[in-house]
Amino acid sequence: MKHITMIGAALVVGLAVTPLHAEDMGDMDMSGMDMSGMDMSGMDMADMTMPAKKPNPKALPQQGPQQDKTQAAPLAPVKKTPRLVHKAVDAPGEPVVDIGHHLQGMDQGRWFHGVLDEFEGRYQAGGRSSLRWDGEAWYGGDYNRLWLKTEGTMTKGRVRDGDQELLYSRAISTYFNLQGGVRLDLDSGPTRAWGAVGIEGLALYQFEVQATGYFSDRGVAGRFEGSYDILLTNRLILQPQVELNLYSRADKQRRIGSGLADIDTGLRLRYELWRKMAPYVAVTYDSPLTQGRHMARRRGDKASEARFTFGIRSWF
Amino acid sequence: MSSYHVPRRQFLAGLGAAGSGLVTPLGARAKGRQTAPAAPLLPPLEFELHITRRTMHIAGQHGVGYCVNGHMPGPLLRWQEGREVVIHVYNHMDEPTALHWHGVRLPSAQDGVPGLSFAGIPPRGRYTYRFPVQQSGTYWYHSHMGHQESAGLYGALIIEPAGASPLPKAERDYTILLSDWSDVSAAQIVDNLKMQDDYYNFRQRSIASLPQESRAAGGLGAALKSRLQWSHMRMSATDISDVSGVLYRYLMNGKPAQEGWSGLFTPGERICLRVINAAAMTLFDVRIPGLTMQLVEADGNPVVPVNLDEFRIGPGETYAVLLTPQEGKPYTIFAQSEDRTGYARGTLTPHEGLLGPLPAMDPRPVRGVVDMGMAMPMKNGAAKMAMPPTIARAPADEIDDPGPPPVNVENQNVAAHPIERVTSPGDGLEGLGRRVLAYSDLIALRPPPDQRPPSREIILHLTGNMERYIWGFNGRKYSESGPIHLAYGERVRFTIINDTMMEHPLHLHGLWSELETGADDQHRPLKHTVISQPGSRMSVLVTADIRGVWAYHCHLMYHMQTGMFREVVVS
Repeated sequence: MKHITMIGAALVVGLAVTPLHAEDMGDMDMSGMDMSGMDMSGMDMADMTMPAKKPNPKALPQQGPQQDKTQAAPLAPVKKTPRLVHKAVDAPGEPVVDIGHHLQGMDQGRWFHGVLDEFEGRYQAGGRSSLRWDGEAWYGGDYNRLWLKTEGTMTKGRVRDGDQELLYSRAISTYFNLQGGVRLDLDSGPTRAWGAVGIEGLALYQFEVQATGYFSDRGVAGRFEGSYDILLTNRLILQPQVELNLYSRADKQRRIGSGLADIDTGLRLRYELWRKMAPYVAVTYDSPLTQGRHMARRRGDKASEARFTFGIRSWF
Repeated sequence: MSSYHVPRRQFLAGLGAAGSGLVTPLGARAKGRQTAPAAPLLPPLEFELHITRRTMHIAGQHGVGYCVNGHMPGPLLRWQEGREVVIHVYNHMDEPTALHWHGVRLPSAQDGVPGLSFAGIPPRGRYTYRFPVQQSGTYWYHSHMGHQESAGLYGALIIEPAGASPLPKAERDYTILLSDWSDVSAAQIVDNLKMQDDYYNFRQRSIASLPQESRAAGGLGAALKSRLQWSHMRMSATDISDVSGVLYRYLMNGKPAQEGWSGLFTPGERICLRVINAAAMTLFDVRIPGLTMQLVEADGNPVVPVNLDEFRIGPGETYAVLLTPQEGKPYTIFAQSEDRTGYARGTLTPHEGLLGPLPAMDPRPVRGVVDMGMAMPMKNGAAKMAMPPTIARAPADEIDDPGPPPVNVENQNVAAHPIERVTSPGDGLEGLGRRVLAYSDLIALRPPPDQRPPSREIILHLTGNMERYIWGFNGRKYSESGPIHLAYGERVRFTIINDTMMEHPLHLHGLWSELETGADDQHRPLKHTVISQPGSRMSVLVTADIRGVWAYHCHLMYHMQTGMFREVVVS
């Protein structure tokens, strides 16, 4: 109802094109005014009618300033203590006054982006060579987003560490998002499903971090990922990165030990040809840890290796 | 659009005439300042504007641009104070459009903000604006629809005074419209910034720049300390402009720096340059090496002439300066972007085809503690930082103080100690040995029309999260806010505290912003767009003298579109 009145007022102004200064403040139609947003209780109404008290009501703006010269006495120092209120004049509650549909959603864009942080070949003369990828994509607005994360390592045609996650993400603070959803271990090994809850964001000193907890009937698991960009120049960037996995229970079929299960770390030197495309060279190291390491030894695997790596980081 | 022809009924000077227009005051309307449009003595001025969209080729780049009557920038419009204008806008595109008359005082339904003042001009549609013109000076017009302004839908607007011109007579009158242009669409730019806020910043601190910084900071320790401080705050000292010269071509009257705009003069002549910043995201610092500029008009309103070497102009602002070149040689109009990644240039020349020398760009500004809003009043550090001015203000009856903004998803920083910066020309312009405009230099030639003290003071915080690229007021973006209600006739003070680390040129539609610079009641300048400097506290007085719904927003287009926008309802 209030809006209709206001729209009406706007339209009248628009159609009539009457010079506004011709209106006397005394005729001010208070009924059309939206007072609900204001705390009128303690307000001195004399303030509201002040313009009408002026000897010359025409002395509102849009008039020739020449006129005002006659009555422009310098402001006498007024002794008054302003009343402090904390209403936050633009506080939500009052819906915005929209007479069309173009402004709605101006700042509520939806975005779709994906980044492939690691897409790389890891080489070792005489050793195993693998193809590794790690990326994520998201769709959504400032607060709510849908994330898809994927990573995996392919060695001799077999994919390991195939980890695919579908997460809902909610912005909870300046730099952090809360994420929850499902994780599927989808690769050449047996498939596992987990529930996932975690946080993702920018920690102090601009460290990119992700910490996620997983749970299923096979126990709980955790993953921590972190990276940091060291700008050698504005295009040549050195990035240390680490990923750690923890499991409460071993999963022999997937060659996973309990405890601190494995580490995947790298030092990547990338050159941003343009922002979205950066080839890199790196030294990467991945290894099972604690129980996982014993399991690997028993199998006779040479599972822990530092390897020369090159790849491309890209995003859209 | 190739089949479209400009109709015969044209009252416009084209772009080419922008420089040769003459100021012809209408003597008969000398007392026209109070004219009611009900009984105009002269017929209304009528204009036809045709909006089209086509591929533009600028500085070797091809991108979509918007044209008014076939030109980008659009034609210079000349209106006359005291007369009614009737503007027929034809939209020849498959998308809606809307023209806004920036800085013009008019009924709110004519203001041209789609969704607020009217529903916009539909595709292939037509709309007629009609309102009385009650002011004079240099203004501009632009689209307020979507990303159209970022892609060239703007033009200059000069309103001739009804009486004697408040500006001294000038033999030549040139309009300098500055803008930024890219072949990447505005939607794509915002998209990139949402993913990576420093996407266009290739001047960040790096290992390579450490020796230089150490020298500047007076030691490696100091340089590292500063870096740690910034990185602890998860912000960047080098974030000057969100979109830089890496992408932008800076234009003067639509011409890139390589081509350059030029205007002729005869030595000894007085030239009036009307400078308009129509850029989407760029503040320009304008100077003409070898010439003193006499600034005579700010945002359309005459000011006491002040001699300058340089001034900063934010998107939306307009200034008029007078020059009197004595020598018969070319002079360069040099407009460098605030982040010093590029410039627009033009030449004032006695003969066609000459080019003036090109000055080197200044060192780029680097943000500091003042910009963080942490300029602690230091006891013995006074030598390092000049004491900020204190500005006397008439107290209001009531102060609406929302308190410090929350640090949340949409806000990154709270300026713990915001200071007055109206006496500062701005980041990167101090200590250059040049006379650079500060807002406190603006002294109104005519007393502002309303001299009541404010009855209400409204404190607004400018906030944002650069990392997520969200901007707003009081820690909220537009879609999460309510309108700001003003009572018709009310006089309020808007106190703007800038908690972000960037400049924000704030534009209040329809109502004047009377800038409290420390000048007395008679001399406060009226502006329509005011730059709020990072870490600053600033205030403007506003008389709510036209009813309706008005936009109040940052004129950096992508800040506005990501939330730094409010509605002001006068009822």
